[in-house]
Amino acid sequence: MSAATSPAPPLWLLAELTYRCPLQCPYCSNPVDFAHIKEELSTEQWLQVLQQGRAMGAAQLGFSGGEPLVRQDLEILVAEGRQLGYYTNLITSGMGLSRERIASLKQAGLDHIQLSFQDSDADINNYLAGSRKAFANKLEMAAAVKEFDYPMVVNFVLHRMNIDHIESILDLCVELGADYVELANTQYYGWAFHNRQQLLPTREQLQHAEAVTNAYRERLQERMKIYFVVPDYFEERPKPCMNGWGSIFLTIAPDGRALPCHSARVLPLDFPNVKTVPLQEIWYDSPGFNHFRGDEWMQEPCRSCPEKKKDFGGCRCQAYMLTGDASQADPVCSKSPHHHRVADVVAAAQETDPEVQPLLFRNPDNSRRLAVCGEDESPQDCGHR
Amino acid sequence: MMNPQLIPTLNRHFRLQWEPVQDAYVLLYPEGMVKLNHSAAEILRACDGERTIAEISTELQQRYPEVEDIDNDIDEFFEGATRNGWTRCECRD
Ligand code: SF4
Ligand code: SF4
Repeated sequence: MSAATSPAPPLWLLAELTYRCPLQCPYCSNPVDFAHIKEELSTEQWLQVLQQGRAMGAAQLGFSGGEPLVRQDLEILVAEGRQLGYYTNLITSGMGLSRERIASLKQAGLDHIQLSFQDSDADINNYLAGSRKAFANKLEMAAAVKEFDYPMVVNFVLHRMNIDHIESILDLCVELGADYVELANTQYYGWAFHNRQQLLPTREQLQHAEAVTNAYRERLQERMKIYFVVPDYFEERPKPCMNGWGSIFLTIAPDGRALPCHSARVLPLDFPNVKTVPLQEIWYDSPGFNHFRGDEWMQEPCRSCPEKKKDFGGCRCQAYMLTGDASQADPVCSKSPHHHRVADVVAAAQETDPEVQPLLFRNPDNSRRLAVCGEDESPQDCGHR
Repeated sequence: MMNPQLIPTLNRHFRLQWEPVQDAYVLLYPEGMVKLNHSAAEILRACDGERTIAEISTELQQRYPEVEDIDNDIDEFFEGATRNGWTRCECRD
């Protein structure tokens, strides 16, 4: 970064309150070694983070995890967030939610609840979530979200196993009275990265899903806003990750590590912890946050590319996970010399039978095994199974 | 063209708020934020659920006599705002 330009303030603060979660989604973006990351911030520490973030200018506040409802102090944090002037968002799987809790969160001033589903089919939903009660519970909570007059935001993570249910997914959203629907194609980080072969859809599946989505958009217009997050593996240009590194988003992980995005923990950089460093200093002065600001760090083909202001060279985590070098172009880009690493996986996904390799579910046991085996191997490969 | 007798209100999931750090009014909604320019902010601040589009136009014209064709600007603004789901317009009952 050139010393002359001072970074803009963070506008979004994502508080990942905990990595604990009763579900086991195989596409979870949490770090695969989450079982080893303990030492969650205390209520008092979180309150300080919220205060510091707001003073710096953050206006959107997301509570996520893991499952943020696991934290019994959630209501205290929401109340403080709202009182400070944040727009407060709760991103939840609905597990641990109850009518009582929805009511007390409302009282605390929570602005919005985003409820995620695994599928519109109860059995598949429960299979992916790793819980037999999940689907019924979600339906019940969706009704309560409505009852308490929150905006109804429903999230589905799409992948090979549910993407063909797009019509029934959207029908379910209509039935639930959703104001916003987020159809988020799986992004291949964390657990999803390990399950790529089983989760990647085929091109035909993807095209079908987009066509159906467009038809629903046409029909529903403003009544239900549908966001369709495209899977970048199928693109020729990378996404402008996080709108630029350290430019708007600030994530605080459960243990207090400050990150430019929720997956940046995989990078070989030193990110400070809010337990010991003030947020202001972390955002403006820490080497971790300054590392990929601007474009000084870029190599070819990005360095001389006319599109570098548009996509910032893509995602640093993806570059690192796929090439071992975080300052490479995101291999999603067709100009990247490593583009084949994406293209080959996509090509293979057109064929593999997803049943052949078992899914690796996100749970503490698998997490501990993966941490022993190292990031690059799945436990199947290294015989820890 | 919007009916000038309609009463615009901010949709209930949106919050209009002054942000000192951005030196601007912003509109906040589920997982989103729009930074408003001066005129958009002035129009939205005038939406109190009582006044009609016509009344808002008159008031802003008085405050900003130098602006030409303010009715048209305001009409266009509400068309866009309704399309984006920021505001909803109702008849006086
Ligand atoms: S993706 Fe699934 S497993 Fe991961 S935190 Fe969310 S609900 Fe829990
Ligand atoms: S070469 Fe780099 S900057 Fe250019 S389009 Fe590809 S990723 Fe973006």
